[in-house]
Amino acid sequence: METTRRGMLKTVATAAGAAMTHELAHAQNQSHEHSHQAVPSDPALRVKSLESLLVEKGLVDPAALDALVDAFEHKLGPRNGARVIARAWVDPAYKKRLLADATAAIAEFGFNSEHGGRVVAVENTSKVHNLIVCTLCSCYPWQVLGLPPVWYKSAPYRLRSVIDPRGVLREFGLELPEDVEVRVWDSTAEVRYIVLPERPPGTDNLEEQELTSLVTRDAMVGVTKVRLSQSGSAA
Amino acid sequence: MNGVHDMGGMQDMGPIQYEKNEPVFHARWEARMRALVQAMSAWRQLNIDASRYHREMIPPVKYLRDSYYENWYAGLVALLVKVGLVTNAEIESGVPAANSPKATPALSPAEALPMVTRGIVGSRDVRVTPHFKVGQRVRARNINPAGHTRLPRYARGKLGMIERDHGVFVFPDTNAEYLGERPQHVYSVRFAARELWGEQAAPRDTVYLDLWDDYLEPA
Repeated sequence: METTRRGMLKTVATAAGAAMTHELAHAQNQSHEHSHQAVPSDPALRVKSLESLLVEKGLVDPAALDALVDAFEHKLGPRNGARVIARAWVDPAYKKRLLADATAAIAEFGFNSEHGGRVVAVENTSKVHNLIVCTLCSCYPWQVLGLPPVWYKSAPYRLRSVIDPRGVLREFGLELPEDVEVRVWDSTAEVRYIVLPERPPGTDNLEEQELTSLVTRDAMVGVTKVRLSQSGSAA
Repeated sequence: MNGVHDMGGMQDMGPIQYEKNEPVFHARWEARMRALVQAMSAWRQLNIDASRYHREMIPPVKYLRDSYYENWYAGLVALLVKVGLVTNAEIESGVPAANSPKATPALSPAEALPMVTRGIVGSRDVRVTPHFKVGQRVRARNINPAGHTRLPRYARGKLGMIERDHGVFVFPDTNAEYLGERPQHVYSVRFAARELWGEQAAPRDTVYLDLWDDYLEPA
C-alpha cells in the first residue's frame, strides 16, 4: 500500500476503547501473564519498542511525539474551558454566540479551529441539568477540557450515565430535585459537548478572571455544579 | 458489532473510581502511546473509525481487564498490521524488515499542536439531502451489524425526536472498513429516558444521541 500523508490532516484519531479504572486494571494485571505475546509483557517496553520501530520506518518523528505530549500536558486542559465559561457568564452576547455555535465561539479564544471538530455547548439552568458521556469509548472535548480523566473513560461511568444519571450524580455528591430535567448527551458522533454550568449565587462582584478560577472540569462535564466555596480543581 | 465496548445501560460494574488531582498521564509510556496514535493518524491509511473499530475488536476479557492505554497499544498495532504499515514480525522483533520502505514525511513537530487543537473533523462540506427534519419523530433502526457502528444497542428500536441537524458527516460503519465515507446528515436525537429504560427512569429525563440518517427511520 502506498505510504503518503493526508494533505489536510482532516481526521485525527483519538479517544476510544476504554474500560476499567486504572487502579483496578493495574491490580488485575499483576496476576496476569501475557503468555500469548512474543513482545514484552511490560507495556512501557512494548510501547518503547513500537515507537522505535515506527521511527526507524520513517512513520513517526520523535520530536513530533514530544510536541504532542507537551500539547496534551501543557497546552490543552480544563483551564481553557473555564475561560470560555467565565466569559459566557459576564458577557451575554458571548453566551449567545457560544450556545448558537460553540465551535466558532471557542475559536475566538484560539483553543480550536473554526473549521475544526464540532463543539456544542449545553446550558444548565434551575430546571435543566446536562451530563456528558461517551458510552462507546471516550469522546471528550479536548479543545476545551484536554484529555479525559480515567473515571470518564471507565466502564462504571460509561454504562450507568445513560440508565441511571441521577445515581451517578449522587456518587459525585450532587442530589437533583425531581422537577429538574436531566439531559444526558451520549457523544456518539464527531460532535463534542461542554456544559455551560450555572453561575453560582454570590458571585456578582467577581471579575471574569476570578470566575474562571471557580469553574471546574467536573462542572463542565456536568457531574457537579460550580460552587463559590470550591477552589478550581480543574487545573 | 454487539461488543463489550457498547456498554451503555449495563449495570453492576462497581462504583466510579475518582482520583483527585489526576495527572494527564500516569506514566511516560501512556504519554508516548497517546502521542503515537495521534501522530500515526496523520497517515492516509488510518482513519478514526478504523482506529475505534480495531479497539472494539480487542477480545472482551482483555478489553475489560487491561488499562485504557494498553488497549490503545493493541488497537494501534492491529490496525497498522491490517493496513500494511507494519508486519507482525516487525512488531515482535522491534526492527524494520530488510525490504521495508522508508516512509516520508512523518508528522512534523510544528504540525502537532494545530492537529490536536483542530480536534476530530468528521464533517464534510458536500451537499446531501437530509432524510429528516427538526421536530420529526423517528425510530432508531433495529440493526445488528457485525462490523463497526455508532448506534448503541440501548437505542435500537426506540422512538425519538430530531432535535438538531448537525450537517453532513462521514458514515462510520463504512469508513471503518475502508468501504467509503458515504457522507450523510447527523442529527441530535432526543429520547425520553422512559422510552429507553421504562418506568424506573425519571419521567422528565432525556438522553440525546447523535445519529446518522442510515440509523433512523420515520415513526
